Amino acid sequence: MSAVVQARGLTKRYDDKTVVDGIDLTIEAGQCFGLLGPNGAGKTTTLKMLMGNTPISAGDLQVLGLSIPTQAREMRERLGIVPQFDNLDPDFTVSENLRTYGSFFGIKSKVMAERIPSLLEFAALESKADASISALSGGMQRRLTMARALVNDPELIILDEPTTGLDPQARQLIWRRLRDLLSKGKTLVLTTHYMDEAERLCDCIAIIDNGQILVENSPAELIRQHIEPQVVEVYGPNLAAWGHDEAETLADRLELIGETLFCYCEDEKPLLAALDAYPDLNFLHRRANLEDVFLKLTGKELRD
Amino acid sequence: MLSSFPQISARWIPVWWRNVLVWKKLAGPSFVGNFGEPLFFLLALGYGLGSLIGDMNGLPYLIFLASGIVCSSAMNTATFEGMYAAYTRMAVQETWGGMISAPMNLDDVVLGEIIWIGTKSLISVAAILLVASFMGIIETWTTLWVLPMAFFIGCCFGAMALVVTALSPSYDFFLYYFTLLITPMFLLSGVFFLPDNLHPVIQLIAQLLPLSHAVDIVRPLMTELPLNNLMLHLSVLVFYGVGAYWLAVVLLKKRLLV
Repeated sequence: MSAVVQARGLTKRYDDKTVVDGIDLTIEAGQCFGLLGPNGAGKTTTLKMLMGNTPISAGDLQVLGLSIPTQAREMRERLGIVPQFDNLDPDFTVSENLRTYGSFFGIKSKVMAERIPSLLEFAALESKADASISALSGGMQRRLTMARALVNDPELIILDEPTTGLDPQARQLIWRRLRDLLSKGKTLVLTTHYMDEAERLCDCIAIIDNGQILVENSPAELIRQHIEPQVVEVYGPNLAAWGHDEAETLADRLELIGETLFCYCEDEKPLLAALDAYPDLNFLHRRANLEDVFLKLTGKELRD
Repeated sequence: MLSSFPQISARWIPVWWRNVLVWKKLAGPSFVGNFGEPLFFLLALGYGLGSLIGDMNGLPYLIFLASGIVCSSAMNTATFEGMYAAYTRMAVQETWGGMISAPMNLDDVVLGEIIWIGTKSLISVAAILLVASFMGIIETWTTLWVLPMAFFIGCCFGAMALVVTALSPSYDFFLYYFTLLITPMFLLSGVFFLPDNLHPVIQLIAQLLPLSHAVDIVRPLMTELPLNNLMLHLSVLVFYGVGAYWLAVVLLKKRLLV
């Protein structure tokens, strides 16, 4: 496998504030790579540097074998971008949007005319070819933005929060489409705030905070390395007393987040048995997931 | 390097064409404005004020005014397009953000916008000339040279407006530029009257701004007046246009590529 993205010491500073702090990244061809982190961690800035749309303060960056930002224009001929906020052209219909965007890549309208039906099919918008953008739902607009990113049949697709703000059905469809792209050998780089999304889709995940990569691995490995395998979430009256009397001895680690006590343990059975004596308390037993890892590594406090 | 001169390539063409396609969809109201406004100006001021004034610079006032209105209309069309419309594409619709996600640079986007703005000034001036010819006030075939001049004047003022757009935090900011620069230029650059009787300092300021040079080229082309110092007048317009293009690209890179 060859590296599609190779960054060494990639840094972005604004005046005296360092937003991306010397990160190293290697993203292999055909991978789905997830960049996770709290708001302001440096995700979007990192993506902008990958696209060649912002100067690099320090470090070395190669994307698709080309030096960025010096060869960014050539690189973008082979890149697809799904921005965080849809910037479809409201003056154009669905298919005009695709045709016009193709013209920005120098694709002739005759060639685009052949590609548009399959792009509309990808976006499940076959019946909306002549609809105006304002007539589309949020999910439809998102799918059109994704289809638009494919006009140049890119090798690498960068998606900044592709499913934020979508309903569950719309998210499911987008996930299917992302898997279709992976099965065609495309490389995906995405950011998301949905840990279940990252866990499902990504082969490799980097969690970044304060401009630095905290950990990087497959979702399963991250969970195995950083968190106890079983989680019992407990809430209800007298939680504090129960936590003090029972949980502290039965769980390997406790976290109180809001009014829920998260009990992390290797073996959950003694703890569940102890809960039998407290019918007032509600609980949920589950396996540890990526969200547990994320919260452990980036902290519980609110970021904005 | 941020401050080196923009790279010129043919990539501006899809930017220009995108704007042409949008304009075609909204051409109806745009045409009403293009025809209606100069028509009313020429009728009201040309006939109304003209009957009081008589001749100006040896020309019937209506004829004098028509060549001025051509220039101010090219300027105003370009200024509106380069500020309100371009700001919408930059900050509201993020059309430019989509373009620079494709293999285009801001150099191409800004050049495409400037050439589109010149095209729009050309359309608006063509409409005025059509109205003027129906009114029987086109006197000479050299008037046809006014069409490429309208494009050129539009590009110059479009580039200047894009500098303001690059600096604007919101639409409201444009009023500074209109009130402090465009309106005085509109009034003092020989569109409505010869500035000969104004204070010399004001005359000098008007001479340093591009509109008076546009008028000095266009008025002779539309009348029998001699065309003097053509290269000087063109140079001033080129200086403002090219300088503003360069500055707009530098400022927009600072604003958008962060």
